[in-house]
Amino acid sequence: MKDRQHAGGNTTVSRRAFLQGSGAAMAATAIATGANEAVAEAEKPSRLRSAGPQKVVLTVNGKQHTLMLEPRVTLLEALRNDLNLTGAKEVGNVSNDGADTVIIDGKPVFASTRLAIEVEGKNITTVEGLSEGKNVDEVITAFVKHDATQCGYCTPGFVVAVRAFLNKNPGANLEQIRKGLGGNICRCGTYAGVTDAAVELCKQGGA
Amino acid sequence: MADEPNLEYFWPPREENVLIGKDIQRIDGIAKATGRAKYSSDINTPGTLFAKLLTSNQAAAKIKMLNIEPAKKVPGVRAVYVFPSAYDIATGESKEIRWDGAPIVAVAADRPEIAADGVRAIEIEYEPLPFFVDEEDLAGAEKAQEETGIERVKSLGDNTEGDVESALSEAAVVHKGYYGIHTISHCCLEPHGSHCEWDGNDKLEVHLSTQNVSGTPGQFAGPLGLEQTAVHVQGHYEGGGFGSKFAADEWDLACAEMAKTTGKPVRLMLDRATELKIAGTRPSGFIDVTIAADAEGNIIAWDSHHWGTSGMAGGTVTLGKIPYVFDFANRNRKATGLVCNTGPNRAWRAPPHPQLCALTMTAMDDLAAKLEMDSYDLFMKNLPNVSKGIDDRIDVYAEQMKIAAEMIDWKAKWHPHGKGGGEGAVKRGLGMALHTWGGGAGPCTCLLKVHPDGSVETFLGSQDLGTGTRTVIAIVMAETFGLTLDDVKVNLGSSRYPKSGASGGSITVGGVSSTHRMAAQKALRQIFNLVAAKYDVKADTLAAKGGQILSDGKPVCSWKQAAGLVGPMPLEVQGETTREGLTSATVGGVQMVEVSVNTETGVIRINDFVCVQDCGLIIDELTARSQVLGGMIMGISYALTEERIMDSHTGRYLNADLENYKLPRIGDIGNLRVKMYQPASEYNRGVVGLGEPPVISPGAAISNAVANATGVRVPVLPLTPQRVLDALQKGGAA
Amino acid sequence: MKSFEFANPQSESEALELMNENPEQTVVLAGGTDLISLMQADIIRPDRVVDIKNIDSMHDVQEADGGLMVGALNTLEDVLDNSRFADYASVVQAADAVHAIQIQSSGTIAGDLCHLPNCWYYRNGYGLLALDNGTSLPEAGDGRYHAIFGNSGPAKFVSASRFAPALIAWGAKVRIIGPGPDEAEMLPLEYFYTTPRTQRQGTTVLKPGQIVSHIWLPKPGGAVSGNYDVLQLEGLDWPLASAAATLTISGGRVSEARIVMGHVAPTPWVSHDAATALLGKTITEQTAQAAGDAAVSRATPLKDNGYKVQIARAAVKRAILRAAGLCEGGL
Repeated sequence: MKDRQHAGGNTTVSRRAFLQGSGAAMAATAIATGANEAVAEAEKPSRLRSAGPQKVVLTVNGKQHTLMLEPRVTLLEALRNDLNLTGAKEVGNVSNDGADTVIIDGKPVFASTRLAIEVEGKNITTVEGLSEGKNVDEVITAFVKHDATQCGYCTPGFVVAVRAFLNKNPGANLEQIRKGLGGNICRCGTYAGVTDAAVELCKQGGA
Repeated sequence: MADEPNLEYFWPPREENVLIGKDIQRIDGIAKATGRAKYSSDINTPGTLFAKLLTSNQAAAKIKMLNIEPAKKVPGVRAVYVFPSAYDIATGESKEIRWDGAPIVAVAADRPEIAADGVRAIEIEYEPLPFFVDEEDLAGAEKAQEETGIERVKSLGDNTEGDVESALSEAAVVHKGYYGIHTISHCCLEPHGSHCEWDGNDKLEVHLSTQNVSGTPGQFAGPLGLEQTAVHVQGHYEGGGFGSKFAADEWDLACAEMAKTTGKPVRLMLDRATELKIAGTRPSGFIDVTIAADAEGNIIAWDSHHWGTSGMAGGTVTLGKIPYVFDFANRNRKATGLVCNTGPNRAWRAPPHPQLCALTMTAMDDLAAKLEMDSYDLFMKNLPNVSKGIDDRIDVYAEQMKIAAEMIDWKAKWHPHGKGGGEGAVKRGLGMALHTWGGGAGPCTCLLKVHPDGSVETFLGSQDLGTGTRTVIAIVMAETFGLTLDDVKVNLGSSRYPKSGASGGSITVGGVSSTHRMAAQKALRQIFNLVAAKYDVKADTLAAKGGQILSDGKPVCSWKQAAGLVGPMPLEVQGETTREGLTSATVGGVQMVEVSVNTETGVIRINDFVCVQDCGLIIDELTARSQVLGGMIMGISYALTEERIMDSHTGRYLNADLENYKLPRIGDIGNLRVKMYQPASEYNRGVVGLGEPPVISPGAAISNAVANATGVRVPVLPLTPQRVLDALQKGGAA
Repeated sequence: MKSFEFANPQSESEALELMNENPEQTVVLAGGTDLISLMQADIIRPDRVVDIKNIDSMHDVQEADGGLMVGALNTLEDVLDNSRFADYASVVQAADAVHAIQIQSSGTIAGDLCHLPNCWYYRNGYGLLALDNGTSLPEAGDGRYHAIFGNSGPAKFVSASRFAPALIAWGAKVRIIGPGPDEAEMLPLEYFYTTPRTQRQGTTVLKPGQIVSHIWLPKPGGAVSGNYDVLQLEGLDWPLASAAATLTISGGRVSEARIVMGHVAPTPWVSHDAATALLGKTITEQTAQAAGDAAVSRATPLKDNGYKVQIARAAVKRAILRAAGLCEGGL
């Protein structure tokens, strides 16, 4: 258990602190996983993870990826730099622009406000998960139809935000669209096209 | 143009077009909306290192001490580069740091977080120097210059037409006003930067976020001591430029240097704060103006002095072109630049027309109010005073004004300033402004290939900033050959392709469309000759339509059969910018806007905003409208929310983040409508660019609408609640 | 962002244990909408980050002690979707005014209550008090978004919380646990906030090793409420000022009133002057205006932010009218 806790890490952590906080629930976890030996154990989440690089398993667009990351690596950094999923963009130091929007367990999230280690075991959908070859999400089709893209840098994040918005608000009206999608910045000024795309999709029940 | 047979190259008769002038979806839309489009900031070749910068937190300083050794010791740090513009690491001599955010050191490391560790480890001490950043404060700049002996005030000249003094004495109404518009940053969503990778020591591969693919290899080669042939610049997708991405910047050279010393690819993109601070700004403008009219509303005199920041490197709102669009028989003007410790100015969409428009048409609107005239009538009445050089567009302006007024129902909705009545704190008002831009056709060349299997492609060292360049080229080729967009391929974004000019100033579409019309017509004529010989028809009876070659309307052969006649190798033709018959220059437009102003909170919302815009022959009306909408939205931004805020105490750019650098969002734009003005006269003058013009009028139009709503002029843009409430309080309305 | 350990407790007691090894150097991560940015900017540089999102008990909403006990990790979206909040209109309106689904689905109530100031000097590394060689930067430099109340001391920033005014106006309490494993206390939210007088002091009473686990709201008992944020942008933006009103109206007249302003002082700012002005009155445009006037009568703006006095006045007026059903949100 001590070894598992430090798998991949390079910082020593007091085992005492770990055990003190865990109590019976942790002991039960240890017993339950004990039979699976070291490999499986190393991938089980621990309560305390070292500061150093370590295995982090991310489930992105239905596929599992095992990465060596420090806890401080954000989900956005891991997606872009480690998984080469560059649809989500890094735009701001302060996370409020929406170009990094992904869907985590059904919820729209700024990927730069999540640590990669924090979302282990969660289902992450990026813009890359909204198309496969010529098969693309209706949001993408609607964006192209209404020319909701110019330079295109904000577009993938906007597409994901609209997808998440429609999933929850399939019949939204114009006012709801304008309020709900206020988390995305476009510099070229494609908002009129995005609005038209979202309005059309809402008329179709969120497609 | 088809009716001028002496022209070698010409556009098809309008009514025959299948694609040109229609709403055509952009051909790279899917690539962008799926996230598959790769920008320079997305390039992750194996082993790529990540770079971060240490930048100045001082507005003016010398570096007393710089120790980069601790950064080099951080495990995973691979290169540490000191910017020669800041510090000579060999001699320990500091250069002068002249603005907040100036780059000092770059660190490249295996991972971004390690590069950040490296930056954090650097030890630096500054010796602060006197600075000046308050660009609105002319008197303050004069005082600072006097006190420090450092030049802060630069005359940009003055000149006079007619006799202003006597015109003023004869005028029925004289208005004196003060107006201003603050500096904004380009704030491209993809920051400036590059990915550099060397092949050995003598070949450099650069992915550069640039508006100037063909022009930047030399900018790397020179400083790096390479032959230009050794540098290959690529830019397939650019996340915004707006005039700020013409150069290989010093941080791009740093990236290339670090890639060389490490033997690994390096990616260096500016962080957002640095992007806002140093990667380009549109300078401010402030004006003291006196404007006068006779009793009928004919403007007879203009007397102005305007000033604004020229940064440390120059480039501000110059003397010429004010008053804007109009000129008056009696006119004095004077301009002054304030030398401020602020990041460099760069061309920003239609330089410096948005400022000129905001400084001119607000004063005209206030003059109308003083004359108790409908602003529309004053602008219409003064169309004969449109500046020389664009006075052939007077009738077009008049037509456009009529159309716009009808779209927004101006005559029914307009009321004298502040007299709209209505219950409660929310007041509505209307405003308008006019604009002009040259545009035209920039330099471009291409290599167009018709392959024996009928497929068509072109190569050119241009770039698509999101304006629809790729799509426009594809439309021109497909229209000329009678093919679909799927049948033609556009290859751009590489400096190895035939050179094409930088994309700026609304000249790209004119350049690429005329180049491709020329190349395609050339190729088609050769193919027609082959078809004529093979099928025994006359070449001058032939046309290419719907994938077929027709003779007097009857099918001769398929396009593929015709293309097969070129032999085993592709037919290659070159094209170049062709102005005669295919393009022209100078466009105009009118914008009218209705706003609501909450006089208790100072918050403004756009209700309706219309633009009537000409741009000659339109290749793709869908993307053309998008350009106009984008301009209007950027205009809403600088009119209402967006400005650089410099701190007079610390000399720093205080709001260099996207929470405090406020950009409008989807809910902030109101109901936008665009009417592309395109009677036959416009089609017949060929293609003119469109990127700049629609961004010019919004500042003045929105300011005028707020004045109309409230009866009080909020003199300086952006019209933040603070400025609105302060003006209302001063004007006695709150 | 510097390196840190990452802890992922599953219960309140585990969280306290993990926080109390080195409490001064440990921070709590909830929605992350602000903390990650602060760490990226090296403004906050913890040795350990404790992610509390997986503590089930802190997601609950239950009736308790004659009111509603709300887990600290309820998100803005939860507040909007859960019908138990429907009677607390001002709280729902505060969540609704954050115009971004990404923040609504990530941001938590307690994260909002503990949100650090947006003061641009603080965010540029000058500390909470924004002092530069003893000079107050918001006073000497640019304080356009800074405090108009409670600014006589060194702190000039404004409280960033979107929920605090509404919750305080409802008489909410916070449940604070730690630092000891069995320590827990209920504290009126009004007393949760502090104005730091030195660079080492914080913006709340929370000591290292403590966290907010729940927020308790009293039963509405027929009171009505409204919240009004003055937002420059319709899109995601921070209010220039906000206000919340909770009113008990009997026989057409106000018998009890609580008025709290946000973003005007280093803490949420309770206005007894505004509340007193309403007592015994029928809510009309005029009485709401009078309460707004009373609310700002003792404002002490800095050189740059006099306009915020008017904005706060308008926010109070509109929150009152909204509570009484006499105005909608919006412009």
